[in-house]
Amino acid sequence: MAGLSGRFSTVVKSKISKMLDRAEDPSETLEYSYQKQVELLQNVKKGLADVVTAKKRLQLQSKRLEDQVVKLDTQARQALAAGNETLARTALERKTTVQAELQGLDGQIAELEGQQQSMTDNQAKLQTKIEAFRSKKEVIKAQYSAAEAQVRISEAATGVGEEMADVGLAMQRALDKTENMRARAQAVDELERAGAFEDLTQLGAGEDDIDRQLRELSSGGQVDSELEKMKAELGAGGKPAGELGSGGTAGQSA
Amino acid sequence: MIVRIATEGQYRLADEVIERVNALDNEAVAAVEAGDQARFAELFAQIIALIRAEGAPLPEDELHGSDVIVPPPDTSFEEAKHEFTGDGLIPD
Repeated sequence: MAGLSGRFSTVVKSKISKMLDRAEDPSETLEYSYQKQVELLQNVKKGLADVVTAKKRLQLQSKRLEDQVVKLDTQARQALAAGNETLARTALERKTTVQAELQGLDGQIAELEGQQQSMTDNQAKLQTKIEAFRSKKEVIKAQYSAAEAQVRISEAATGVGEEMADVGLAMQRALDKTENMRARAQAVDELERAGAFEDLTQLGAGEDDIDRQLRELSSGGQVDSELEKMKAELGAGGKPAGELGSGGTAGQSA
Repeated sequence: MIVRIATEGQYRLADEVIERVNALDNEAVAAVEAGDQARFAELFAQIIALIRAEGAPLPEDELHGSDVIVPPPDTSFEEAKHEFTGDGLIPD
């Protein structure tokens, strides 16, 4: 087959034979192969840990964004109840942005879940192959002459070598995908830092007019409701309070 | 013949099936050369499906080199093009 798969196959084989060529006699081939196998297994474990870390990070981000959605929704209601439709609209617009971001994250978390699963399977498969290689190696040492052993060892080593190359490739592809997701997670972090998703009532120095108005509305409403409570506690003794305005004035702009 | 789907595993295939894979493979190569992305995706998916359906998975404790290695199922068109010029898909 000289086509797509033929070309691919040649590349894999040349890499494996390059690896085997480094050792001259059978026992060296055995040692070299075995050493490589163990190394790769370690790498797979490390790669798997990377994927799990990336997934956890995305899950944390997702949780934060979910909280933002709830907060923004509450704030929109508060603003609307206070008669400030402009502010309510702003909060809802931000909520939509956060929701879109959240959807993207959830898709990536699912994909990482898949990567993690296939790497776990790969790890188990490689472990089995290494075990098979180890027992085969003992049989070869016990039963064959040096010349025959050489042939059989290189057969077994090619089988394991190909598996190693393949697991290595699968891992590389999984990590490349994880890398892309990490870049996206970073972008979300930067958006968060820039304030795009920030809690509208809890902004620090960087708050804008809308944020401030909303916070005033929110605390104003709290003052109002506390006043209402107090009035109720004082009972009918007091004179009726007039219309209590609800905090900020609608239409107040920068 | 033993065929490996890269990143997936090895299958034992009857000669008759190999011939069908080979025919599809040649068409896939032609599609890549013609820059026909949709056709390539379709043919490549057929190759993978055929091997999975007709091949017998090799036991995991058997050690054999493959006669043919097919690129990973998620091979992109860009990667398929690269197959013909660069170092291929296996990283050093």
